[in-house]
Amino acid sequence: MEIIYVLLSVSLSISLLFLGIFIYNLRKGQFDDDYTPSVRILFDDKKK
Amino acid sequence: MEQTTVLTAPMAAKEMIEKRVEQFEYDNTSVRNFGLATLIFGLVGMLVGLTVALQLVFPVLNFDLPYTTFGRIRPLHTNAIIFAFVGNGIFAGIYYSLQRVCRTRMYSDNLSKIHFWGWQLIILSAAITLPLGITTSKEYAELEWPIDIAIALIWVVFGINLIGTIIKRREKHIYVAAWFYIATFVTVAILHIFNSFAFPVSFLKSYSVYAGVQDALVQWWYGHNAVAFFLTTPFLGMMYYFLPKMANRPIYSYKLSILHFWTLIFLYIWAGPHHLLYSSLPDWVQSLGVVFSVMLIAPSWGGMINGLLTLRGAWDKVSEDVTLKFMVVSLTAYGMATFEGPLLSLKSINAIAHFTDWVVAHVHVGALGFNGFMLFAIAYWLVPRLYNTNLYSKSLASVHFWLGTLGILFYAIPMYWAGFMQGLMWQEFTPEGVLRYPNFLETVTRVIPLYAARSVGGTFYLAGFLVMLYNLAKTAQKGSFLANEKTEATVYTKIDHKGEYWHKVFENRPILLMISSLIVVSIGGLVQIIPTLLIKSNIPTIASVQPYTPLELEGRDLYIKEGCNNCHSQMIRPFRSETERYGTYSKSGEYIYDHPFLWGSKRTGPDLMRQGGKYPHAWHYFHLRESTSMSPGSIMPNYAWLLENELDISNTQAKMKVMKSLGVPYSDTRINNARNELKEQADAITANLKAEKIEVKPDREIIALIAYLQRLGTDVKKE
Repeated sequence: MEIIYVLLSVSLSISLLFLGIFIYNLRKGQFDDDYTPSVRILFDDKKK
Repeated sequence: MEQTTVLTAPMAAKEMIEKRVEQFEYDNTSVRNFGLATLIFGLVGMLVGLTVALQLVFPVLNFDLPYTTFGRIRPLHTNAIIFAFVGNGIFAGIYYSLQRVCRTRMYSDNLSKIHFWGWQLIILSAAITLPLGITTSKEYAELEWPIDIAIALIWVVFGINLIGTIIKRREKHIYVAAWFYIATFVTVAILHIFNSFAFPVSFLKSYSVYAGVQDALVQWWYGHNAVAFFLTTPFLGMMYYFLPKMANRPIYSYKLSILHFWTLIFLYIWAGPHHLLYSSLPDWVQSLGVVFSVMLIAPSWGGMINGLLTLRGAWDKVSEDVTLKFMVVSLTAYGMATFEGPLLSLKSINAIAHFTDWVVAHVHVGALGFNGFMLFAIAYWLVPRLYNTNLYSKSLASVHFWLGTLGILFYAIPMYWAGFMQGLMWQEFTPEGVLRYPNFLETVTRVIPLYAARSVGGTFYLAGFLVMLYNLAKTAQKGSFLANEKTEATVYTKIDHKGEYWHKVFENRPILLMISSLIVVSIGGLVQIIPTLLIKSNIPTIASVQPYTPLELEGRDLYIKEGCNNCHSQMIRPFRSETERYGTYSKSGEYIYDHPFLWGSKRTGPDLMRQGGKYPHAWHYFHLRESTSMSPGSIMPNYAWLLENELDISNTQAKMKVMKSLGVPYSDTRINNARNELKEQADAITANLKAEKIEVKPDREIIALIAYLQRLGTDVKKE
């Protein structure tokens, strides 16, 4: 069942990759504002 | 195309903010193209689906043609729905919403075109190869290796376009929908690549590098996560964009949506083994799958509740707006399916439900309800906007809504009933301790009326879909298509005290670099590691288990070609009801030469794990020619062409060589002597049939298939 090590490492890498992206973006302030983005998208396609 | 107007200058002494209004255009053509493909392939996929459903009621609809038998076109149905209908649908939804949440045009018009046409070519090649019997047999990954490579390439094109768009966005904040799209791209790429590792024999034939239990585990790790990251995350992303837009109110809790995203993607990847409960997979892996499946209820329901609560205080809108009606049913179906999924992964429930139509009902609540209805909602919302007009008919849309909703109910209820009933019948013993329904066929004929009822549900759903096509065509007709939608966005650029521009692109390049390097490194490394790991593991654990003979190997490939695994499992679970019916339960050591594994996931017919030696050759001959001649009432298609077709042995030696390189112990002498060995075995079977007064040439396909069927599960009996 060596395949389990492969699958575990692939699954773990995916998880760690996303954890990395999460922490990076947390530090960049991506998640500081948890209200305005939800309202903002309602105004994103005003035609000019 | 992009114009810049500088509006404001310095704001602070050290840090200056430049405010500009940029004008640009959204690309609506790609959205329209993907949308059109969604509708066309939705129709095709549903028509094929209805056909396979009817074939189970009226076997005559197999038309006694190889290209139209259930085993070959059932994968055509699933592939058409998943990759053509849903696939094009998510691309349309993503291309529309991503541009708007990022306030920018798609990264590259050329990539958009390559993505669109590449994907359609892949679908076309699937539509040609699957009816021809060119298949790997792995569910939802049936396409052969050249198409797999094309999928990987086009997926990367999509990925570059997606990430590129996010990087050049004009809005600092990445809206939650885009996160779901990123997860879709990254994870599907990795799943697809790992599950598709195969060793080519020829241009259209390959063998999975994994064998038996390992192949099964990789397949369902893929299968489950394809449901997660192809059928779920893009839809949740689209829900977070389109639902607020349709209701014209923000999502109930943006905080919850972020929590929803991160918990969902961390939990999903571990749940795959729940597809293999009670199989030969090690117990602890099965338990791991169950635990994570149960935990998944939390993020799934969090997402559903977030969507439904968005409509709080606005339910009056739902009664008027058909797009919202579709959305509400879609989210409800999502909630039901994601509650049922963990339930099905509990061992005691799985023991009844696995291999039955219960699972078919489950996936259709997801596909017809969650995926289908959300795509319909988006179509009704999007087409009038793309064509700058109003929907042609609200009442027709309402008709579609009711036809579709009733269709889902008429589909799901009979299938739940059929699954539950058949699952119980398989397990039932008389007080004397023998199986109450020893004849498998009896448990099939009892559910056929329910199959008929299910077809009615499918017809309703399809009828509703046709009403929508008419309505949307009329809508498009009365409007005029807006290929490039003009818009503008205000951009704030930071200028530091030295006057250097800190452009967003540079700011974000590390992410791109990190993602691509990680993917490249992990793929590159594992491509080398995997084969060595797997070949080492092919050490036989049961001494009597031997590789297939050349004839049996060819027979096994026919079994794959005809898609027998779509209806027959090769996995006897360790229950008394199963060992009584089929024989000794399956052991992992029995599958070590099975590239690919053929456990199956549905028993429309009985398990074939211990089929070898159960009936004489003549029985198989007659049964394959005309199943009802041996089992009156059987709904198995007839395979008369196997009697006529000459067995193609041009690749036999090449196949054995590939198997050898994958760790199957064929000696060079045996490979060189393969044709003689094959002929000898075929002659023996032909002679046996002749004794039963059956005249058939030894070089026909049926001889190879009989050889394989008679070998199944016999090795352990020799111990």
